Amino acid sequence: MTEAAVPQHGLTSRLYLLVWIVLVALTAATVAVARMNVTAFAALISIGIATVKAGLVLVFFMHLKHEPLILKVMLGIALLALSLIILLTFSDVWYRWGAHVHS
Amino acid sequence: MPAESMATPEKSYLEDGGRFRGLFSWIFTTDHKRIGILYLTSVFSFFAIGVILGLLMRLSLIEPGRFMSERTYNSLFTVHGVIQIFLFIIPGIPASFGNFFLPIHLGARDVAFPRLNIFSWWLYITGGAILILSIFLPGGAPDTGWTFYAPYSIRTTSNVSLAASGIFIVGFSSILTGLNFVTTIHRMRAPGMKWFRMPLFIWSLYATAWTQILATPVLAITLLLLILERSFGIGFFEPLKGGDPIMFEHLFWMYSHPAVYIMILPAMGVVSEIFPVFSRKNIFGYKAVAFSSLGIAFFGYLVWGHHMFTSGMSDISRVIFSLITFLVAVPSGIKVFNWIATMYKGSVRVDSPLLFCLAFIFLFSIAGLTGLIIGTLSLNLYLHGTYFIVGHFHYTMFGGAGFGFFAGLHYWFPKMFGRMFNERAAKTAWFIMFIGFNILYFSMFLLGLQGMPRRYFQYLPQFRTNHILSTIGSWILALGLLIMFGNLIRALFRGEKAPANPWGGSTLEWTLPSPPSRENFRETPVVKGGPYTFG
Repeated sequence: MTEAAVPQHGLTSRLYLLVWIVLVALTAATVAVARMNVTAFAALISIGIATVKAGLVLVFFMHLKHEPLILKVMLGIALLALSLIILLTFSDVWYRWGAHVHS
Repeated sequence: MPAESMATPEKSYLEDGGRFRGLFSWIFTTDHKRIGILYLTSVFSFFAIGVILGLLMRLSLIEPGRFMSERTYNSLFTVHGVIQIFLFIIPGIPASFGNFFLPIHLGARDVAFPRLNIFSWWLYITGGAILILSIFLPGGAPDTGWTFYAPYSIRTTSNVSLAASGIFIVGFSSILTGLNFVTTIHRMRAPGMKWFRMPLFIWSLYATAWTQILATPVLAITLLLLILERSFGIGFFEPLKGGDPIMFEHLFWMYSHPAVYIMILPAMGVVSEIFPVFSRKNIFGYKAVAFSSLGIAFFGYLVWGHHMFTSGMSDISRVIFSLITFLVAVPSGIKVFNWIATMYKGSVRVDSPLLFCLAFIFLFSIAGLTGLIIGTLSLNLYLHGTYFIVGHFHYTMFGGAGFGFFAGLHYWFPKMFGRMFNERAAKTAWFIMFIGFNILYFSMFLLGLQGMPRRYFQYLPQFRTNHILSTIGSWILALGLLIMFGNLIRALFRGEKAPANPWGGSTLEWTLPSPPSRENFRETPVVKGGPYTFG
């Protein structure tokens, strides 16, 4: 369904480079978080960072920025569904593990 | 809606096979109608196998130990469940009627990706064949139940990995069909076919397709993890290796609960088509019915935990899942009330398609209301894993989705094959099936309340009466099915020629000759109004 030719996005290589640097920085942040002792929040923070990284790749490298609104909405629906599923799973995992630690 | 001219008769899609001849003109076709028929015959073939396995189980339960061993019984309920769910009811309506009528309802010549469409049928058949193979290969048929719960599914030596691979492949067929339908609905609507002019069947297919796309990958991942764990001993789910067996249940039901809506939504769509036609009245609350499909699909994602109340997951989680479960009742209730309101003060014509729809409402209401009982956390602790659950989901899946399927089969049979079936035989079959169904499955509610656990080979003497009753019901139901399919198969060869519009329907398929030509529409129709024009 790609529409004709991809137009010049006006995205300079500088922007791509910038996004790449941010991605590397976020990777470093993930490693740093893993070393800090934040236990219960470790997964949440890691998933959060990974989401931002995936978002950057989608928006800039995969040109989502220039796609029609309907495609953005569709992706949004999928992301919403995935987030809700992860959130609900954590309503079990978090509190179940909490109970184990105390007992 | 434009009326198709009756001038020079065109070759129908049944006569015009395209490039190939004979069998090849079917299995290599890209015509959405032929693919629909391929799916229809495939799903009903698997359905027949599933029914026979179910009958054998019921037979064993009259007198456990007389007809088969425990191991065979375990395999029977596993394979029965796997076939009926993954090979019959999930692809059932969307892949057969959906493929056949989606493009026609939209005024299109085909789906968006015709080749992908036949590819998804090939995936379905390949996966199905692998699944059937797993029954016969050494190692023995899977004996885990259709849910493949860990850690037993990791430890059993039966052919679980093979069966899981089969389902994995069938899953991709489902995803591709969903992708095809979403694209078709967005891109292939005829001029003037606005979103709120689409038949309600299409709305239900749209909601279903999204669920297929978003939920099925989770099943694929889960089965892949299971296969990896079985093959390489990685400890995802095995508690001895630090794995989490409850996580398997989460992952499994993340797909398999939305899958319940993949099964029931298309049936709701079929019923929404039939009620206006046989009541000679527009559907009551078109937008409410359309949006309730989306609502059901959405909430369907968020309630999987109600299968796991006794699994040992956290209390907070149990409360949340129980609460959200009740929310699903709202859009389902909207639909039921709107169908009934559609008939109110209509000119109701009681033909076989409507009878199946009425049975659908009755059986689905029992299914929904018992669903509220077992969605209640406190009651679920008592009823979990009993025959009450088995009764409940058979009312939903067979009473709901199955009877909806049969309703559609009778409604669209003349259009698909150009022949009329014997109406009287259809009504007789319906009556026998309805009686047999209720004897078979209502006694399961009683068994469950008495405390009879599901999947048990043996039982205590006090359960015997209801078990025998249930088995007798299964024979009555099977008789009804035989009459129904006998009648339809007979009609294929000897039925009267069907007119273009035998029921007086107003959606686009009834403007075409029965059966339609290969290209559907000679000229792309221009749509000027809503799908139901009864006033």
